[in-house]
Amino acid sequence: MTTTTAVKETVGTTAPGAAPTPRRTGRLRRIGLPYLLLLPALLLELLVHLVPMVIGVVMSFKELTQFYIRDWGSAPWSGLGNYKVSVDFDAPVGEALLHSFFVTVGFTLLSVGLCWLIGTTAAIYMQDTFRGRGLLRALFLVPYALPVYTAVITWVFMFQHDNGLVNHVLHDQLHLTDKPSFWLIGDNSFVALLVVSVWKGWPFAFLIIMAGLQNIPRELYEAAALDGAGMWQQIRRITLPSLRPVNQVLVLVLFLWTFNDFNTPYVLFGRAAPEAADLISVHIYQASFVTWNFGTGSAMSVLLLLFLLVVTGAYLLLTSRGRRTSDV
Amino acid sequence: MRSIRAAAVGAVTLSLALAASACGGGSSTGGGSNDSPKTLTYWASNQGASIEVDKKVLQPELDKFEKQYGIKVKLEVVPWSDLLNRILTATTSGQGPDVLNIGNTWSASLQATGALLPWDAKNFAKIGGKDRFVDSALGSTGVQGQDPAAVPLYSMAYALYYNKKIFADAGIAKPPATWDELVADGKKIQAKGKQVIGAEGANVSENIHHVFVFAKQHGADFFTADGKPDFTNDGVVAAVKQYVDLMAKDKVIPQGNAEYAQNQSVSDFAKGKTAMLLWQSASANLKSQGMSEDAYGIAPVPVRSGTPGTGTQVNSMVAGINMAVFKNSHNLDGATKFVKFMTSDDEQKILNKAYSSIPPVKSAQADPSFNTPANAVLKNTLATSAAALPQVAQESQFETTVGTAVKELFADAAAGRAVTTDSVKAKLEKAQQQMPAK
Repeated sequence: MTTTTAVKETVGTTAPGAAPTPRRTGRLRRIGLPYLLLLPALLLELLVHLVPMVIGVVMSFKELTQFYIRDWGSAPWSGLGNYKVSVDFDAPVGEALLHSFFVTVGFTLLSVGLCWLIGTTAAIYMQDTFRGRGLLRALFLVPYALPVYTAVITWVFMFQHDNGLVNHVLHDQLHLTDKPSFWLIGDNSFVALLVVSVWKGWPFAFLIIMAGLQNIPRELYEAAALDGAGMWQQIRRITLPSLRPVNQVLVLVLFLWTFNDFNTPYVLFGRAAPEAADLISVHIYQASFVTWNFGTGSAMSVLLLLFLLVVTGAYLLLTSRGRRTSDV
Repeated sequence: MRSIRAAAVGAVTLSLALAASACGGGSSTGGGSNDSPKTLTYWASNQGASIEVDKKVLQPELDKFEKQYGIKVKLEVVPWSDLLNRILTATTSGQGPDVLNIGNTWSASLQATGALLPWDAKNFAKIGGKDRFVDSALGSTGVQGQDPAAVPLYSMAYALYYNKKIFADAGIAKPPATWDELVADGKKIQAKGKQVIGAEGANVSENIHHVFVFAKQHGADFFTADGKPDFTNDGVVAAVKQYVDLMAKDKVIPQGNAEYAQNQSVSDFAKGKTAMLLWQSASANLKSQGMSEDAYGIAPVPVRSGTPGTGTQVNSMVAGINMAVFKNSHNLDGATKFVKFMTSDDEQKILNKAYSSIPPVKSAQADPSFNTPANAVLKNTLATSAAALPQVAQESQFETTVGTAVKELFADAAAGRAVTTDSVKAKLEKAQQQMPAK
């Protein structure tokens, strides 16, 4: 009943003087219903995402150290102090954050690029029917389906210096290295992280592109083949342009997931990641949880959020503009 | 039409319910009470070989407590990897256990949060007085001059565990008493194709425990007398370098140990791969990995020269577990009773025997079962040559920053890069700069 009165009131305010006719109420109700049905989801979204985010932003303006976490209303406001510390790139905290940021950008570009390349290649090869295709498709999806922790812990075992499978193959069997390499500490840790990330991420790209390929009409390829287009030309002229909308979303999602990935580096390296593989998510975790300085940690998170917003916004703007011109 | 109205009503109801629940919760930051006198929640640290082992050790004692006091204790054994984060979360939210175990090195850091019940004279009187506890253990319960944040529960110390057979094969008559002897013995052990001594190079806390002792042996401290970080003084730099040099220069720690962080060095020792191990109260752990007690000997950790003692002859940290009461507890009286029960002579004997640790309670320590050769070394170390880690609020941050610096130095050593006084100093300087300003 409350809804009806609410609607009547709204009508009353929007059109003063005009008596609401039953027909108009009914129309308004129809228009209002979708919004009403969205309300629970909206509130849940507020509760699960927006409230913690706002609290995080508030925290970033506070001096929330170990002395105040018990009653963090009492923590003194620090204004932009936490942000100043985070972006002062001449001082150690800011310098470390900047280093971590560059590592993360490099890692993300490489990982997303490789995931996309391997996923697309595999998907294109899997288009033609052959014996065992279903099995292979299922097999390819295994890394994506495995629980992250289990999978990454297995990688930790394989990357071990003394007894790991990776060194056993590279050093003991293939003799590619002079001596067994360290993968979990030192500079090689970047490679280890990249390998695990790509291994874990490419099946998703494969899955999405495979779905996208189903929508390209076979006739296009047949016509192109009749006109004498080779495989490369077919991929360049038909497959890739047709996949454009799919790729647009896929690359963005992969980028955001990889950039924010916490589980992979944390399980691989523990709470103190090697400098070469110091991803920003773990870095911020360390800045807040391990040093008990949640204010600075929050400020870094807010900066990260802003960066990702800018990148995402710019990306969507650029790609949608491109699409609009191609539509014309 | 009716179905649309039903959907609308449902949506509104659900929204209201969500809005209401969003307003609920929040932290109660007031003091404790005695609102629920019949139950207690207890977070135990993982002391045995596994969490299951701990439950088997503790549950019968908790049943005993319930019989005597009529209070039911809900036990949760929290793994070490989670414990500090769980405590921090409980502190932030105000929703925590009533009684909990903490690593004794965290005492001062947690004390600063104000989440733990201070043990003033009145509270100590409820559990039989402060005098019941050994001094060295009391030295690791919080900042000096303040009421302790916790009471000692189990005491442990580092010792040198050595494989008797490897020593005999290499023709070494007695365990090394100085670092020079250890390095010399190492050459003989390596000649027999065995690894010399294990370390957990990527374990931040283990690194801290060792460099702290080395610093003491160099007459240096990581903090000034008024509690400011001082990581780059010559003594500290020399101490950290000496520890890392065990791998980089002396080659007694195998390079592969640079990435150890999950007690692989204990497994290596139990399997007879390495000849020596520096560990705290390892007996129960070694036994669970199938190494018989006759196979290894226990000696004090080496010093630079002479015999272990105080000052520069310190050869272990005061390791151990403290028991604390959460200030927000809804059963403060019951919590205090539980601490009294757990620190009683009988329980101290039972529990410390099970965990191969030493009771920090004087009267329980006198029990003959703590006079075995293994326990005698630990007991003696605690009594004469162990020092408490810095009792400053920033201890937890110190463990992370300096522990990580040592981890990185080990990584350098493992990669064959030179570890010099300058490179050590640079890493420590970076660690110090990351410490909070106050």
